[in-house]
Amino acid sequence: MSDGDDERRRDLPDGGTDDVASAGDDVRADDTELDDTELDDVREGDRFTPADRVDAVAPSGIRAFFEVAESRDDVISLGVGEPDFTAPWPARSAAIASLERGRTSYTANRGTPELRRAIARHVERYDLSYDPEEEILVTTGASEAVDLAFRALVDPGDVVALPTPTYVSYAPGVTFAGGEPLPVPTYHEDDWSLTPEALRAAGADEADVLVLCYPNNPTGATMSREELSGVAEFCREHDLLVVSDEIYAALTYGDEHTSVATLPGMRERTVVINGFSKAYAMTGLRLGYALAPPTASAAMTKVHQYSMLSAPTTAQHAAAAALQRCDDEVGEMRREYDRRRRYLTARLRELGLDVAEPGGAFYAFPRVADVAPDGDDEAFATDLLRETGVAAVPGSAFGDGGAGHLRLSYATGMDELKEATRRLESYLAEH
Amino acid sequence: MDDETRALLDVLVADARESTADIARQTGLSADEVDARLDDLEAAGVLRGYTAVVDWDRTDADRVAAVVEVNVELDRETAYEEIARRIAESPTVDSLRLVSGDYDFALDVSANTMQAVSRFVAEEVAPLPAVTKTVTHYVMETYKERGVVFDDRDEDDRLSVTP
Repeated sequence: MSDGDDERRRDLPDGGTDDVASAGDDVRADDTELDDTELDDVREGDRFTPADRVDAVAPSGIRAFFEVAESRDDVISLGVGEPDFTAPWPARSAAIASLERGRTSYTANRGTPELRRAIARHVERYDLSYDPEEEILVTTGASEAVDLAFRALVDPGDVVALPTPTYVSYAPGVTFAGGEPLPVPTYHEDDWSLTPEALRAAGADEADVLVLCYPNNPTGATMSREELSGVAEFCREHDLLVVSDEIYAALTYGDEHTSVATLPGMRERTVVINGFSKAYAMTGLRLGYALAPPTASAAMTKVHQYSMLSAPTTAQHAAAAALQRCDDEVGEMRREYDRRRRYLTARLRELGLDVAEPGGAFYAFPRVADVAPDGDDEAFATDLLRETGVAAVPGSAFGDGGAGHLRLSYATGMDELKEATRRLESYLAEH
Repeated sequence: MDDETRALLDVLVADARESTADIARQTGLSADEVDARLDDLEAAGVLRGYTAVVDWDRTDADRVAAVVEVNVELDRETAYEEIARRIAESPTVDSLRLVSGDYDFALDVSANTMQAVSRFVAEEVAPLPAVTKTVTHYVMETYKERGVVFDDRDEDDRLSVTP
């Protein structure tokens, strides 16, 4: 059935749906009971009203910008939040082999025991220890894990503190779960790191949950053990739960990644989320996982069980191979990102743009407020795209804390980075 | 070797035409430091040359390439090094390695014609007193050379803007 027919079927008044559905593709010919006037009403009207909690969420700022970017064909995009590498061959090969053997059934709700054991071994490198039977849940992307954490742990009216700028999906996820997002601004001057003072100033001492995302999308900021200790103390003192999205943990440059769950008194109040999209370049395979104490893990598994049943089986086979056999490939990708990171930040500074040193992920988040019209990052990004074909995401898409900045992804080739910064240079010279 | 030097070598291996300024940006060294380290690496014989990876099939040049296996039998007066030195003299030889396994030397050779390659093997390698056997494999197609895949790169089909 074409999209048009499908749409029409949804639009029918009460009682019409069954008749039309049984008529199959020949809907128009068989639909004799509706006269022309009714048909017009049906075509124009739409009986649906989104639920309030869905209506309350604005469309993604990135989405609007994406449409402008897609309308051109000469775009060099620094707006892409996914690796430009292909998933390592051992992972792809394991996926192919699993299909060849016909392993296409559901898996256990929590994920295959093999993958959960591999995850348990893998996270030991971050000093994290979780029981594969009760404390590890494999999800459809880290995105599902974030959503599950909110739906399973946030009660209606609960306040969820979100340090901004941050990944665009947290606030909507909180709202969908009935919670109330509380933005906690972080600042360029602090290298975007989160401080207890910033939490206190935003009123997070009254919050129920704190979401952490370090290394951070979009700023590239990382948090040292010492910096996290202050935040951990705040959480213990005010009894906050923590949802810590550590999807970029493997992509840190310099100091090793520290998980907040390794700090005293934090494991029991933290859900750690990770996945395969970024480090293993497996975005399209949609696989993530959540580490949490048994009660939280069971609650998340319950929601997962009724909504998703189990994560994609083929992707789970790929993921197990990724953990077991792809360390070298991850190391190579990280070295390449590091090279580009140095190049991009050096170039931005040469162009007079102030940028905090990104310690992880694959983004630089330079300040453009001083060179943008009225300090408006969206206007700057749109103008830059129109005039030079360089796509960069306006920082305000990541929350108020990101206003006046641009997110530039270096998950793109060195040649493209060179050309994009060259175009940015001429643009800045002309404005 | 320190991290910066390693990073410098990685950059050059990926693209030997990188400018000093671009190498400096990628490694965190200053341009002067990059130049100084390159001089040191060249003097120490670590950096042996800066060459291009060419897909000759896309040119109109006549070029025939082959892989030659060479078995040798050593005696008291002859060592691998001596045989290698002798074979390496020929400009037909692009690379020469002593390898483990069924044969001793692996050669990559190239010339304008198949006859030239054959003549090199027949007249310059086979007659050497230590050589007991040669096997020549002509290259029919090159798919990858020194890390570079000879294939038109797939289009980047990622969305141009994502979260």
